[in-house]
Amino acid sequence: MPELTEAEARRFLLQEARLLDEARYEEWLALFMADAWYWVPSQPEQKSPLDTVSLIYDDRRLMETRVRRLGNPHMHAQQPASRTSRIVANVTLEATNPPEQAAAVRSKLLMVEFRRNEQRLFAGTCLHRLVRAGDGLKIASKRVDLVNCEGELEGLVVPF
Amino acid sequence: MTAYTPAELGQFVQPGRVHRSLYTDPAIFELEMERIFGQAWIYVGHESQVTRAGDYVATAIAQKPLLLVRHSDGKIYVLHNQCAHRGAMVVAAERGNASEFRCCYHGWTYNTDGKLISAPLLQGYPGHFDPQDPRTAMVQVPRVASYRGFVFASLAPEGPSLESFLGYMTTSLDDMVDRAPDGEIEVAGGVFKHAYNANWKLYLENLCDAAHPIFVHQSSIEAAKAQPDVPPPSAAGEIAIRQMRQNGAPYSFWESQVGIWTYPNGHSFLGDYHDDAKLVAALKDPAFRDYIAALEAKQGKERAKQILEVRRWNSNIYPNLSFMSQFQQLRVVHPVALNRTVVYTYNFRLKGAPEKMFEQTIAFANVVNGTGSLVLTDDLETYGRIGTGLMSGGAEWLQIGRGFASDLADEHGGRRGKNSTSEIFIRNMFDAWLGLMTAATASAERAA
Repeated sequence: MPELTEAEARRFLLQEARLLDEARYEEWLALFMADAWYWVPSQPEQKSPLDTVSLIYDDRRLMETRVRRLGNPHMHAQQPASRTSRIVANVTLEATNPPEQAAAVRSKLLMVEFRRNEQRLFAGTCLHRLVRAGDGLKIASKRVDLVNCEGELEGLVVPF
Repeated sequence: MTAYTPAELGQFVQPGRVHRSLYTDPAIFELEMERIFGQAWIYVGHESQVTRAGDYVATAIAQKPLLLVRHSDGKIYVLHNQCAHRGAMVVAAERGNASEFRCCYHGWTYNTDGKLISAPLLQGYPGHFDPQDPRTAMVQVPRVASYRGFVFASLAPEGPSLESFLGYMTTSLDDMVDRAPDGEIEVAGGVFKHAYNANWKLYLENLCDAAHPIFVHQSSIEAAKAQPDVPPPSAAGEIAIRQMRQNGAPYSFWESQVGIWTYPNGHSFLGDYHDDAKLVAALKDPAFRDYIAALEAKQGKERAKQILEVRRWNSNIYPNLSFMSQFQQLRVVHPVALNRTVVYTYNFRLKGAPEKMFEQTIAFANVVNGTGSLVLTDDLETYGRIGTGLMSGGAEWLQIGRGFASDLADEHGGRRGKNSTSEIFIRNMFDAWLGLMTAATASAERAA
């Protein structure tokens, strides 16, 4: 199988961002491998999710629970629902990897979230590890380092 | 600003109900900062955060920026983070180690107990200026005391001792520490800082509220219940999923298996709760099994059994501290404004316990107390809705009377609910509220 190109990685990340902006969370979840993890650290340059708290640290089971909750009509924190607009940019391949192994892709995320007359701006760096699966790509892991990760924050509900 | 008389304040707290304005009147908020946060013992940090001479960490009482410092005499001081010269914040870092503190503005330099060491160009000041005066210093908070490593400070020069203020709640702090095989705990693992747009009092009023989870947390309860079980359970997810399911326990569970205890000065805890076997499958968990072995090795089998038999959930120390020994969580509520509150949540490591135990603490914190938690985010939304709802000018009185007729005396000088669904802990906090809010006025009147 061919090596991952920057253009292919960019197309994939833009599609992921679109699914999230359109609140198609089930389809977003389907982009992840069965043993994937999704991590939003609470500290800059956090080394481990195991010995330090994280804004989000989900294994696949918790991701499934999180997405199922996002679809629950009694999720008060999403009544009214957020609308988001993401810009994904500066996509670069971190390192070239042999085919069939995860390739690390770095990108910048700028996300505006609007809910109940209030607009919040999030910015950060994403590190995806992508693997080939069938005709497409899957996410083996996703880490999002927000620039204000250790700051005072209101509840975080919509995935980054 | 309205000046309330003690009699007027007394009218706001009635049997089983409180007046809406306690959450909506800016004048009440200002009085609370002065008379509650300016008077009571307030948790400001843990000794493990400042172990060496010169260690300091930023802390706060209400909105006042303070420093918790270990001085070269080995004692802990709490300093106002304000230069005596022109008022600049002297220490900008959140934590660190220093032999002295130097103001960025004109170089006034202080010892780590806050006393002025030197300042440039001191000649030519008027006669009343004395650089040795403790008021010409980074002023020390008048009273600082620790109980088993938990450091509290009071802005009032006089008042009851910390132990007398804590009363029977010292047993809850004991429970936090005794679970460590080495008999010591330390702050570790980072901190969550979450914010909401509503009054500070709502936070503790929710933490021992056994009747809210099935409504507030319905989405995470249902999502967790629908999650298939897989053997072997995933480490990070399992604790969280079990806790979310547990939140869905019916009223009959809260009414038959859980109790609420309250004590003077506004304190309370939920007890008899948390069955390790149900919540974390602890007995089947190799980490918990290794932990029990470590506890028994250090403390002996009999003592270890006593320690583990204490089954308290959240313990609240009025006005703004809540902690939970089962997963070593501690939350500090910081009022920012009438309708703005920030809560800092910390984790503790049990010294001498297997590191896997601390990983469970972190996993629990993420999903239950975290800013991106599946559980807490619905609480934060609810606080915000209370903040907004109270502005509507509807019902004048808020009802806190659940269980009023069936509360009981407690053998340790407190009162308890017939079961955990009683709102006795909220009534108890308002008793303390009224005491502090009117005691200050009374003493000021005596002085005048």
